[in-house]
Amino acid sequence: MSEFKAKILPAGETCIFVDFGEIIDMKINACVQALKRALTDEPFEGLLELVPTYRSLSIYFDPLRINLDALYERLNKELAGLDDYNSDNNQAANSIEIHVPVFFGGEFGPDLQDVAEHTKLTVEEVIKRYCGSPLYCFMNGFTPGFPYLGGMDSSLETPRLKNPREYIPANSVAIGGAQAGAYSIASPGGWRIIGRVPYELYDPYREPAVAIQAGMYVTFYPVDMNRYQEIEAQAKSGIYKIEYKQREMTSK
Amino acid sequence: MKLLIQFPGALTTVQDLGRWGYQAIGMPVSGAMDAPALIRGNILLGNQDNAAALEMTMSGPSVLFKDGEGAIAITGGDLQPRLNNQPVSNWKVLPVKSGDVLTFAGVCGRGLRAYLCVSGGIDVPVVMGSRSTYMKAKIGGLDGRKLAKDDELSTGQAGKYKAGVSCPENMRPDYSPDKPLRTVLGPQDDYIKPEGVKTFLSSEYKISPSSDRMGSRMEGSELIEHVKGPDIVSDAIPMGAVQIPGQGLPIVMMADRQTTGGYVKIGVVHALDVARLSQLMPGSPVRFSQITQKQGIEISKSEAQALNSLRDYVMKFSQTQTLTQAQPQTQSQSQRGAMNVIVNGEKFFVTWERL
Repeated sequence: MSEFKAKILPAGETCIFVDFGEIIDMKINACVQALKRALTDEPFEGLLELVPTYRSLSIYFDPLRINLDALYERLNKELAGLDDYNSDNNQAANSIEIHVPVFFGGEFGPDLQDVAEHTKLTVEEVIKRYCGSPLYCFMNGFTPGFPYLGGMDSSLETPRLKNPREYIPANSVAIGGAQAGAYSIASPGGWRIIGRVPYELYDPYREPAVAIQAGMYVTFYPVDMNRYQEIEAQAKSGIYKIEYKQREMTSK
Repeated sequence: MKLLIQFPGALTTVQDLGRWGYQAIGMPVSGAMDAPALIRGNILLGNQDNAAALEMTMSGPSVLFKDGEGAIAITGGDLQPRLNNQPVSNWKVLPVKSGDVLTFAGVCGRGLRAYLCVSGGIDVPVVMGSRSTYMKAKIGGLDGRKLAKDDELSTGQAGKYKAGVSCPENMRPDYSPDKPLRTVLGPQDDYIKPEGVKTFLSSEYKISPSSDRMGSRMEGSELIEHVKGPDIVSDAIPMGAVQIPGQGLPIVMMADRQTTGGYVKIGVVHALDVARLSQLMPGSPVRFSQITQKQGIEISKSEAQALNSLRDYVMKFSQTQTLTQAQPQTQSQSQRGAMNVIVNGEKFFVTWERL
């Protein structure tokens, strides 16, 4: 971790962020996971919950039981020990790949045209590059099951909406800055909506409840409206099988 | 005891202190928006602090109590409660029995939401460690939704409580509408231009009508400028986090906030002031002020002391009530008696009679 120095940042009276950098990167994510493991293995007095994200670990604590100075000292010590994190980056082994059908554009993808204009690509090229990107799910967050996907083709980067929408339908597939993602439940949000998945990405009564999970490799592929409706009907009657497969580990 | 919902009100949900421990898979914490009010109601009733209650918004429900008896305490905002058509007070233990009906006349400018705490707590299934309703994911509470007409709720095993005990005013949450929301700057205040931080700490905002259990949006004319734009690589969102999206106006993240998000967070409002904010009507003026993380922790400690004072007060109230009730009983029931007494080593058998 030579290029950047991890920062310990206040986040109110019940939380501290340890921030490893302002980019989406497997090595940074590995640092986050390593610190999470260290604090899980040896928790401090007052620790409530650890929330790993792309680039930071959020540490929630009980303000009545915390010794703040001791916590900062502990974190500084852990960070000093993280220098050899490189060898730790082995999470891709034995990982799962998921293939996800998407109907792009139209009423399901109201921002597809804007993304094409912003990126100066054709709509067809946007879809091709979005589906051609080797996406990796760094974390679930925002709402239950929302997958944050890194690895999107950088030519597709489009800023979030200036004023977030108050309603985005569930299963909408989106671009937010350099990230790809999918709204697992209906919610407000500011990402650019380019398509929709025909089944529930989050269903508390299904196993698994969350379709796209942290650590999975993700490939979207386009389907037409006929196929979309076919899958939608199968999913509603409980016979649709989510397309998982074991990822073949090649040289990388 | 059971509660039958005769009329649900605008938004009535089952809430406790929230679903902690699952933010890593993206499960929001939820829970009571005004947790200090919920805890006080539970202390008055001898419940666990975390017992579930009904969070009632704007217009309260109409509730018929049945199958047994118990007690309730209504805390938080004043929705003008009536028990069997008689006005009753907030912050007070009220005994209820089968056939009693609780109604609310609705908001009157003193708070937006109230808690109907019941002896034993509302007993719904625990999902991921909590009874809190999170409507967007349809989990917790009653089938993961807001209450509807004819819903029936059971209550748990009641603890010890004393009818009539009420939370003294100096132990209630401070709902002063003019005090600023105390805010620890960070984690991303350095993503905001220094003038923008000044604007944040000096402007008067108004609460937007599109605020809800997820976030409280601010309206105003002075916009906050970012150093290099409002987007960050997504990270976590604590309760009270103040996001500054591209239009330059703050959004304070509340109980149903998403676990992570990609807008710059200029600061985090203290939990007590998030609770106070949750009671303010849309259109109310709001200001922010700066505190340090350590000052925030001290504020939490003084709140814990206030809760302990209330626990002591409730306990003492129960004891003194027992004594003052016991004395007239012995006097009125015993008109005569007899006893052995020893005075200076000599035994006497004494009889007495009330005159």
